[in-house]
Amino acid sequence: MNEPVISVANLSYRYGTFTAVDAISFQVQKGEIFAFLGPNGAGKSTVINVLITLLALQEGSVIVAGHDLQRDPAGVREAIGIVFQEITLDRDMTAWEILEFHGRLYALPKEERRKRIDELLALVELEGKRDAYVKELSGGMKRRLEIARGLMTRPKVLFLDEPTLGLDPQTRIRMWEYLRDVNREGTTIFLTTHYMDEADQLSNRISIIDHGRIIATGKPWELKNALGEDIIYLETADNDAAMQILDGDERVRSVRRTKRGLLAMVHGDGTQLLPALLDGIHDAGLKVTAVNLKKPSMDDVFVHFTGRELREEGPARHMVRRR
Amino acid sequence: MNTGFLTIYWRDMLRFVRFKTLLVSSLIQPALWMAFFGVAMSSSFDRLGAGIPPVPGVESVGYLTFMGAGVIAMTTLFTSLFGGIVLLFDKNWGLMREILASPLPRHHIIIGIGLSGMTKSFIQAIIIMIFGLLIGVEFFRNAGPLDIAVSVLGILLFVGIFSLGFLFLSATISISMESPEGLQGIITLMTMPIFFASNALYPTDAFPQIMRDLSAVNPLTHLITGIRYFAIGSDFTAIGIHVTSTPDDVVRSLLMLVVFAAGMFSIAWWRFSRAVVT
Ligand SMILES: Nc1ncnc2c1ncn2[C@@H]1O[C@H](COP(=O)(O)OP(=O)(O)OP(=O)(O)O)[C@@H](O)[C@H]1O
Ligand SMILES: [Mg+2]
Repeated sequence: MNEPVISVANLSYRYGTFTAVDAISFQVQKGEIFAFLGPNGAGKSTVINVLITLLALQEGSVIVAGHDLQRDPAGVREAIGIVFQEITLDRDMTAWEILEFHGRLYALPKEERRKRIDELLALVELEGKRDAYVKELSGGMKRRLEIARGLMTRPKVLFLDEPTLGLDPQTRIRMWEYLRDVNREGTTIFLTTHYMDEADQLSNRISIIDHGRIIATGKPWELKNALGEDIIYLETADNDAAMQILDGDERVRSVRRTKRGLLAMVHGDGTQLLPALLDGIHDAGLKVTAVNLKKPSMDDVFVHFTGRELREEGPARHMVRRR
Repeated sequence: MNTGFLTIYWRDMLRFVRFKTLLVSSLIQPALWMAFFGVAMSSSFDRLGAGIPPVPGVESVGYLTFMGAGVIAMTTLFTSLFGGIVLLFDKNWGLMREILASPLPRHHIIIGIGLSGMTKSFIQAIIIMIFGLLIGVEFFRNAGPLDIAVSVLGILLFVGIFSLGFLFLSATISISMESPEGLQGIITLMTMPIFFASNALYPTDAFPQIMRDLSAVNPLTHLITGIRYFAIGSDFTAIGIHVTSTPDDVVRSLLMLVVFAAGMFSIAWWRFSRAVVT
């Protein structure tokens, strides 16, 4: 299992003087689903575009599927499949023609091509749309067609840049199922996303990327555990005073301010710790106005590591308010 | 041999036959030129030329016949100059990324687009010839079937090489531009001088010297020289002007076109090797 399919060391990329990717290093193991999680403008697409040879390698070393990007870009191209961030399908071609064109581009023999098209249309459940024009397909169907296209050449790695961007929740979950199927059949997957749940549920390992740097890497549960076992949210009459009290408590791992309250990450079982901590604050004469207890989510991990919130996504927080 | 360019060719032809309006308009447009412009101009030019005494022993052709070669050339010019625009659309719609990230060598894109554009020009040229003959263009006079076949092949040879040159140019401009409007502007700007500083509409003998010099290096002039040689002959008069061309002239014109096309291909190759599309 410990056999890197993608190996990146000190990769940097500059647009003019602006550094979009800043000395990034990471490895993706064979058979993994690996995700880059980061907000808009983090540099995710730039990394992908360098890895798939669309942008020149300016600095650093990259090996993809055994091919050195600098010395053998052609080898890299033949070994990978790509699903771009935006839809890149000719609206006026049929689903079948899209795949046929791709197969020809990669010089697949005719027999192989035709067989593969049938297999893949079945995999992404588009057999019925074989002769439909792209413009007649829904957003989710287009994405599935693009995934099928990315798999035409049986790539060692499939790159997906924000594969579920703009899809409705059900379609996204279906898409994840397709990707898990593809992965089970042996294709390593490298994807970028700014959806917390996508990184959390779909990938085996995540790198959190922000401002062109990797801030943390690990399995989803590892990242969450780094925050402690439970998270307690408090609103009090005097948050500053309450923060001092919590900071001094050895059962509390760390405390952070939010807009209206405090977030305390705790080492032990939150259900047991919560009453004790509340008692402490109460004894100091501070009134607690709101409380919430939860397991760390990917959102919390993200906020913890980047110091900011990815506001658009993730489930709404459920608050227990005390009047 | 790597035949990747056939993939590009296949897709472009697919689009050509798919967009019926595009297909039909590109076939009807030259016919309309021929019908309206040709017929109108020929009636006035032929009247003007009627007063000039014919050169003894030299065949005289009507203006419609003279201009028929110009219409083939002009149509080829327009079609070819716009032939690369698909690359601009591909670039703007993100479709180019699929191609550029594939193992296909980049010059195959240029060759593929060149060949499909050339095919379109062949189709148009043949339609104009047939339509022209129907409305009274006197191409291939007194020629047997074999002569006609040779002449048609000669015309297509000239049309093909000429169109490749302008298609490569069009591809270069397309990959360098951001918007179709910009491309359209540049092409319109270019067609004017190319068209008028040529022998498409009238013999260049009456031009001022500078126009004659321009005309002599103008690929369009060389294309028309070739077409007239094969379609009309090496020695004729039109609107009172005596036009002659030797086989040497024709070979020189062909070579000029080959040099032009090769030059444009090199520029396109260079440009594509540097193109960054994300
Ligand atoms: N062609 C370009 N020229 C200049 N700057 C660019 C270019 N492309 C991207 N950038 C900048 O580089 C940074 C990283 O962009 P990139 O597209 O890699 O981000 P991303 O993580 O993919 O974001 P998103 O989630 O919005 O797709 C951004 O600040 C962006 O403005
Ligand atoms: Mg992106």
